[in-house]
Amino acid sequence: MKELICIVCPKGCHLKVDEANDYAVTGNGCPRGAAYGKAELTNPTRVLTSTVKIDGAHHRRCPVKTDRAVAKGKLFELMDLLDGVQLTAPVKVGQIIIENAAGTGANIVCCKNLDAVK
Amino acid sequence: MNHYELIVIGGGPAGLAAALAAYEQGLRKILIVERDKELGGILNQCIHNGFGLHHFKEELTGPEYAGRFVEMLKDTNVEVALDTMVLEITREREVHAVSVAKGYQVLKGDSVILAMGCRERTRGAIAIPGDRPAGVFTAGTAQRYLNMEGYMVGRRIVILGSGDIGLIMARRMTLEGAKVLACVEVMPYSGGLNRNIVQCLQDYDIPLYLSHTITDIRGKGRVEGVTVSQVDARRNPIPGTEMHFDCDTVLLSVGLIPENELTRQAEITMDPRTNGAVVYENMETALPGVFACGNVVHVHDLVDFVTAESMRAGRAAAAYVQKGEADDAGLITLKNGDGVTYTVPQRIRPGNVENAEVFFRVNRVCGASEIRVMSGDTQIAKFKRAHLAPGEMERIMLPKKLLEKAGSELTVGIVEL
Repeated sequence: MKELICIVCPKGCHLKVDEANDYAVTGNGCPRGAAYGKAELTNPTRVLTSTVKIDGAHHRRCPVKTDRAVAKGKLFELMDLLDGVQLTAPVKVGQIIIENAAGTGANIVCCKNLDAVK
Repeated sequence: MNHYELIVIGGGPAGLAAALAAYEQGLRKILIVERDKELGGILNQCIHNGFGLHHFKEELTGPEYAGRFVEMLKDTNVEVALDTMVLEITREREVHAVSVAKGYQVLKGDSVILAMGCRERTRGAIAIPGDRPAGVFTAGTAQRYLNMEGYMVGRRIVILGSGDIGLIMARRMTLEGAKVLACVEVMPYSGGLNRNIVQCLQDYDIPLYLSHTITDIRGKGRVEGVTVSQVDARRNPIPGTEMHFDCDTVLLSVGLIPENELTRQAEITMDPRTNGAVVYENMETALPGVFACGNVVHVHDLVDFVTAESMRAGRAAAAYVQKGEADDAGLITLKNGDGVTYTVPQRIRPGNVENAEVFFRVNRVCGASEIRVMSGDTQIAKFKRAHLAPGEMERIMLPKKLLEKAGSELTVGIVEL
């Protein structure tokens, strides 16, 4: 039996996951907690959020994220990948920046509308 | 003089939601005054996700959450004055503002909503001994430098305080290649959400030292190291427990202060418990026609609750403009009971609501507990909770029927079972 704090939402339910019983979860307030409890002990995943360089906007950085959770072990590889990205304004929220980033199946998407400024 | 039905001070999540709600209720001359060059407030630098689970039923980043409201605003005729600083609000609801584009302006509002948010406590507020080198930042300032302006603020980091911004920055700095050596919290429990302890500290093996504080900062020019000591039950450092960390940066996440200079200047009644204005059930302050919402009233954990509270303020401002002052018959004052540090609202006019939503915070970590609402010696409502913590704002709903039974005072308290 493993005790976890659910990170799916800010409520932070105290989960108990039974590894011996197909990762059955108790203490969860909703079905997403059960899914999280099992995944956390089998294949833990996280959504990655970061920024990339952008030219021609009123900020120097553009916020981006993975459009789904990726394996925890891939996070630093994705950060390295984002280091080489250079955008030019304008960009739109939801715009795909990198498809299937580092083979994770997740796309890197833009999180903010940034207009071109002179 | 420029005249508006509603002037909203601040274009962060509170101001945006308030303006939109007032527009939906039929106001057509609304102005949002924002001092930054864009709308969205602090959400613009909160690039992590976890926003919007209540309001949008999905998980968004800060810029996405703000972006949704900015998009909605485009379908309205709400005016926005960016890069404009409000200097003063008078009791006659005149708003004095200054900007490069328009110079000094005096604007008149039939109603005003205060949505200025909050700012961070600094090193000066907590008096850390030691040298005064560069490299000591509040966590939010470092967040803006890193996420919006593109500066890496340091390489070896010690974080003082375990508020959510500090925890979020621990993960963020780690992902950007810095080494976060420790997160140090003076209290025996964290001030942040549990999920952030897990996904920001534990995920990256960053140690959290509870009941510890920084007792010395060393450095000439730039931070070179800090001393961390354990503290006793009275938060005094215990000699002999010193640990030394070689670091170049200290981030402070030691609390937020509602930004109420304008409120105080207008002599609007303040609540020393929240450092915000005293508000009624509809977020109206003691000055009729002036409302307040979001972190300028009390510091929230979740932007979703800021949005909900601010929509209530926006609707109330519209009602004030359209129907005049609210009826204050049967006024109820809310008091702190045992274990409760404040309530918002502080006053309820039962004739003005269906259900009164009451937010509060507790002063200690509790297991299974009961929230008890008392009218004198009579208990009029109770609510069960599996656990309570100062880092998590609590919310209860008091139905009109109960409010009608209440006397002129209600006390909200907690009892650990």
